[in-house]
Amino acid sequence: MLHDRDRIFTNLYGAHDWRLAGARARGDWDGTAAILARGREAIIEDMKASGLRGRGGAGFPTGMKWSFMPKQSDGRPAYLVINADESEPGTCKDRDIMRHDPHKLVEGALIASFAMGAHASYIYIRGEFYNEHLNLQAAIDEAYEAGLIGRNACGSGWDFDLYLHRGAGAYICGEETALLESLEGKKGMPRMKPPFPAAVGLYGCPTTVNNVESIAVAPTILRRGPAWFSALGRPKNAGTKIFCISGHVNKPCNVEEELGIPLRELIERYAGGVRGGWDNLLAVIPGGSSVPLLPKDICDTVLMDFDSLRDVKSGLGTAAVIVMDKSTDVIRAIARLAKFYKHESCGQCTPCREGTGWMMRVMNRMVEGRAEPEEIDVLEQVTRQVEGHTICALGDAAAWPIQGLIRHFRPVIEARIAEYKRRAGDPRPTYPMAAE
Amino acid sequence: MSADVAEAPTSFAFDAESEDEIARILAKYPPGRQASGVLPLLYVVQRQMRRQTGSAWVPRVAMDTVAARLGMAPIRVYEVATFYFMFNTQPVGKWHLQVCTTTPCWLRGSDEVVAACRKATGIHGWGETSEDGLFTMIEVECLGACVNAPILQVNDDFYEDLDAERTTALLEALRRDAPPKPGSMSGRLNSAPEGGPTTLTEVGGTMDAGAAE
Repeated sequence: MLHDRDRIFTNLYGAHDWRLAGARARGDWDGTAAILARGREAIIEDMKASGLRGRGGAGFPTGMKWSFMPKQSDGRPAYLVINADESEPGTCKDRDIMRHDPHKLVEGALIASFAMGAHASYIYIRGEFYNEHLNLQAAIDEAYEAGLIGRNACGSGWDFDLYLHRGAGAYICGEETALLESLEGKKGMPRMKPPFPAAVGLYGCPTTVNNVESIAVAPTILRRGPAWFSALGRPKNAGTKIFCISGHVNKPCNVEEELGIPLRELIERYAGGVRGGWDNLLAVIPGGSSVPLLPKDICDTVLMDFDSLRDVKSGLGTAAVIVMDKSTDVIRAIARLAKFYKHESCGQCTPCREGTGWMMRVMNRMVEGRAEPEEIDVLEQVTRQVEGHTICALGDAAAWPIQGLIRHFRPVIEARIAEYKRRAGDPRPTYPMAAE
Repeated sequence: MSADVAEAPTSFAFDAESEDEIARILAKYPPGRQASGVLPLLYVVQRQMRRQTGSAWVPRVAMDTVAARLGMAPIRVYEVATFYFMFNTQPVGKWHLQVCTTTPCWLRGSDEVVAACRKATGIHGWGETSEDGLFTMIEVECLGACVNAPILQVNDDFYEDLDAERTTALLEALRRDAPPKPGSMSGRLNSAPEGGPTTLTEVGGTMDAGAAE
């Protein structure tokens, strides 16, 4: 169990002052100039040694990502862009960082930008986080006022500007290249890669896009040392993480814990347990809506980290744990996610634009049972034709929840179909209907 | 878009408050990159419309004004204004009810919230405005506050941990023009578990509190 002394986000719940004075009392902005004085290379080496993997979902090593930025400028400026477009269903961790611990993000933005040779950084915050953006902007203003950012930030000799930019309600803008398009004033449609943003990113300049939590943990890691961070968690899954526990638990909440904590312990220790007790558990979506759900027997023992969840064909994603008890219509729960992805598809790639609508319509029929048993395989096949055939990962994200449902709850779907036929009193097939 | 809207104005000009905001916004982007200001300027329009007409929306003629200000072709502004979900291309009521029904909210009873909204406002379909013009209700996708589900966003504010009763009371308060403080309607501390935090109990204003362990 993680001790409070090893927690990074000490104002996660907003019990204390989030402004500069409160942040300083909690240790933020302590010796920032000395950290910068270590130099770019040393900071990046420490981030690599800490084992931090990106907290936005993909889990790419943060230090390595920073090292991809050009060492020498070719005349173009470099940018750090911070992805605060937190929209993955189940996820509400960056919100708490921005409204309750905003100075951790501002300080992290300075350090990360310095390490990547960027004199400017943009934070792209989702439009719905209006009140959160007010806190964050106030923190930025305070930091300018105190000389912590701006010209000669913290007296380090490094000039650094930080800007807050609001999105306007489009999940796809959480995809890093769609975010860059949006920041440039266009529709949020993902770009083909390569070129990768580190070569051609914002305004055609070298850019790194990092999640809020990845940036906000950096100052503490650099203050306490990479060995402290890497000693927490499990090998290759280092450190602490904010978990968001929602759905059918007695006390939904956010909590910072070590990676690798057993899922059952996470739910029972912090979220008051599953409604009706552990044996009333049906399934858990362990990492935000995009990852396949896990039935109870896997939840009994699985550990909450990148590699453990990958081994059971799911993923840590954003560490948003969505709990469903036995009263849940699990087909409807996943059908609602299919509707979400249909709504959020940007429409650029045909397999996703057409596939998300098709999958949603079939899922809606599966909720009723108005389908043929063979269509379960057809649906599974279609998810495979969407997955991996689009510019960005939204197609994959739409496919995986349905694949998880079919993998673990096929008998439930079959029973629903049989029940529909029994009630209709007509054994004739419902063909031909394609998606409709 | 808004061309067929009866209340659509025939002209639009930024007022002094908007001009102040625009000056601050455009200073954020490098020279020649002022198109980055399109989302912020559409927000400026929407807020000015709320100030001036009581309805937060973006008429087409204002999109033209934004396009002219940013040196963009009007069509580029139209496509942005319609791609993103937070710009209302039609007038909305004084209280814009945005009900989240995505799975985490649905598991916690968003159906009840929807039903309570319908009952209290008389609105049946998504996107409709109540007869008294006070409320417009839309369905939105995940608002990103899932541990406080279900959530109803009213204009810019999140109301969290709702059920039928709390939703009804909230709408009653809005009708009286007395919106309660946003956040959890159960009275709990933000995203901490009901009953109070079980972590961070040793952390006060400093980092030293846990060191004695």
